[in-house]
Amino acid sequence: MSAQALHQQTRRNFNRKRLMSFALPGLVLGYFAYIFMAFDMAGLGVRVNLENARTLVSDAYSYKTHVTQDNRTGAVEIAIEGERKGAYAPGTAPGWVRLGETSEIDLGGGHVVTFGGRVTYDVPGYGLVMAEPGAGGVNASLPDGALPDFISLSKNRLMVKTDAGRLTVTRNRAEVFKYSLGWELFFFTLDSPYHGMSPGALFKAAVNGEAGAIWQGFVGNKMWRHGDVGWALLETVLMAFLGTCGAAIIALPLGFLAARNFTPLGGLRFAARRMFDFLRGVDGLIWTIVLSRAFGPGPLTGSLAILLTDTGSFGKMFSEALENVDARQVEGITATGARPLQRYRFGVIVQITPVLLSQVLYYLESNTRSATIIGAITGGGIGLLLTQAINTQKDWEEVSYYIVLIILMVMLMDSVSGWLRRKLIKGNGGGH
Amino acid sequence: MTDIAGSATRVADIQAAYLAQARSKRVMNLILIVIFAALLIAGFRTADRRNAGGFWDGLPNILDFPADVIGEAIERAHLLPGYLIKYLPSLIETINIAGASTLLGAMAGLVMSLLVTRGLGPVPWLVGPLRRVLDILRAVPEIVIALVLIFMLGGGPVPAMIAIALHTTGALGKLFSEVNENASLRPVEGLASVGATWTQRMLLGVVPQVAPNYLSYALLRFEINIRASAILGFVGAGGIGYDLRNTMSWGAGKFDEAAAIFLLLFLSIVAVDQMSSILRHRLTHGAKPGEIHR
Repeated sequence: MSAQALHQQTRRNFNRKRLMSFALPGLVLGYFAYIFMAFDMAGLGVRVNLENARTLVSDAYSYKTHVTQDNRTGAVEIAIEGERKGAYAPGTAPGWVRLGETSEIDLGGGHVVTFGGRVTYDVPGYGLVMAEPGAGGVNASLPDGALPDFISLSKNRLMVKTDAGRLTVTRNRAEVFKYSLGWELFFFTLDSPYHGMSPGALFKAAVNGEAGAIWQGFVGNKMWRHGDVGWALLETVLMAFLGTCGAAIIALPLGFLAARNFTPLGGLRFAARRMFDFLRGVDGLIWTIVLSRAFGPGPLTGSLAILLTDTGSFGKMFSEALENVDARQVEGITATGARPLQRYRFGVIVQITPVLLSQVLYYLESNTRSATIIGAITGGGIGLLLTQAINTQKDWEEVSYYIVLIILMVMLMDSVSGWLRRKLIKGNGGGH
Repeated sequence: MTDIAGSATRVADIQAAYLAQARSKRVMNLILIVIFAALLIAGFRTADRRNAGGFWDGLPNILDFPADVIGEAIERAHLLPGYLIKYLPSLIETINIAGASTLLGAMAGLVMSLLVTRGLGPVPWLVGPLRRVLDILRAVPEIVIALVLIFMLGGGPVPAMIAIALHTTGALGKLFSEVNENASLRPVEGLASVGATWTQRMLLGVVPQVAPNYLSYALLRFEINIRASAILGFVGAGGIGYDLRNTMSWGAGKFDEAAAIFLLLFLSIVAVDQMSSILRHRLTHGAKPGEIHR
């Protein structure tokens, strides 16, 4: 080839390369433009619910306490998050509420609300907002000047929304929300004798033989249901464990059937392989739906769905590992006069164990995640609790609690399976 | 002579010691297997007890639902082609969710992987923290992010796409960084010696070496993401999963449509699996087959 032709060819190659390096990003960009249109991203701005986002974020790290007065009877109720489970017993109140003829609620930073026949809210830097709810409406009187944007007022309703809290007055009720940081009543609910105890005092009580009662109080927490959550986590891990190990146990003999060097019968091999493809192709989602019709919601359904899908994956992988087995080791074992079963035990199993174990342990970790998802579909484990909490759309602190627990659970399973992998495979000697 | 007798006893000693060792190892293995079996049985019984319907009660019914679905599908087989066409757009949406999220995740994962590879990362002290970020991205199940985003953004394909893309970033970032570790540093050093910036060194020195492995992992991820996007549709994120849930909740009478969706889903998963496995085989010729990381 002449230098000329070589030069030409090189130039052509360069041009092609240059075209490629422009075409590829162009292609990707074009695809994204198509996705942008197909997913209606432009319309997303309209659909975004910022209010939801705000409640979600603020609820995740703070909680509110409702102080409510029935304007007819004058009775005052205090409840955390306005839930019965978080209600203070009548006559008791947190430190910032002083109950009396006219109850005084200190929202902090100089914001003070008083209840009684007349409801007042002293807003620092603005003045005293007053309301006398009665037959004619809320009868509010505000300081002079234009209505500030943190107050909304109509005949029958007054709402003052400041950074410190929120006051709503209607004819029948006056209600104050006070926001506080943290997750409310995380350890003990108000009816537990251990509520509000310092860790030191708790420890002392535990040493003095109340450990059982303290544990009961914590696990039985009605607000957070730690006991149920613990069970849900256990169910999820159980699904992953049963599904993965069951699949491995079933797939091992089937893997021999599908391996070319162990099954001379082509028909049998073909059948086994198509079965694996079918199990994998149908996918966990469809298996979950089919199985939950027969077994109902719960961890067993999830385990079986994982088991069926992974039998397909493991069968395929095991048969490939078996086809890669070194025949010389088997011959060596045969030469010592080993029976067929011994040949398998010492010639084959020893070779594939490290591969199998490492794959099974990888799957165990990833199936913990799948089990969460399957639980959300079929109804079991932590996935169910998470979807329930999200669907109620108000207990976002519980949602964040569950998310943290799920992440911790998956990471724990990750490190456990990694530890086992190192331990078992190194201990086996025959590995890589 | 005494020497030989001595060595004979030594051999006997060694044999005895070896047998004792083998025996103790066998006992240990037996104990491990017994513990494992006990865990498995106890786990099964616990799961059975906490399930709404028991295993043995449900077993005879296991074929009832598939039989219903297939029965209705056969009964109205002439409608099937119509349904297949009717649900094709949803299938395309599901595949698009998987495609877009795989692309986004692969691009983010590529950048992340270069940042967290020791020796390549431009900011050494960022390597550790960014690895933890990848761990967390990998640990969060897609459904968690998707559900939260559905609450904020409303239903549709976008929450699913973001959720899967984030998970993909975590998964591919880790795999890519493992690939990067095996890349030869010589091209990088060569580029550095002529004054190339970090971006140029990575783009021209590292990425061409490892691009086939990247592509192979990304294709594998695409397979996984199709399944994931079908599942997310089932919880309200659009695509074929959403249609499946709707037809299922109608109960009997709509099962012929459910059958069409099952068929579409099955066929597309198998088709993508086959295509990607052929492509991957071509890309990493000689790489160990059958190693699947999820």
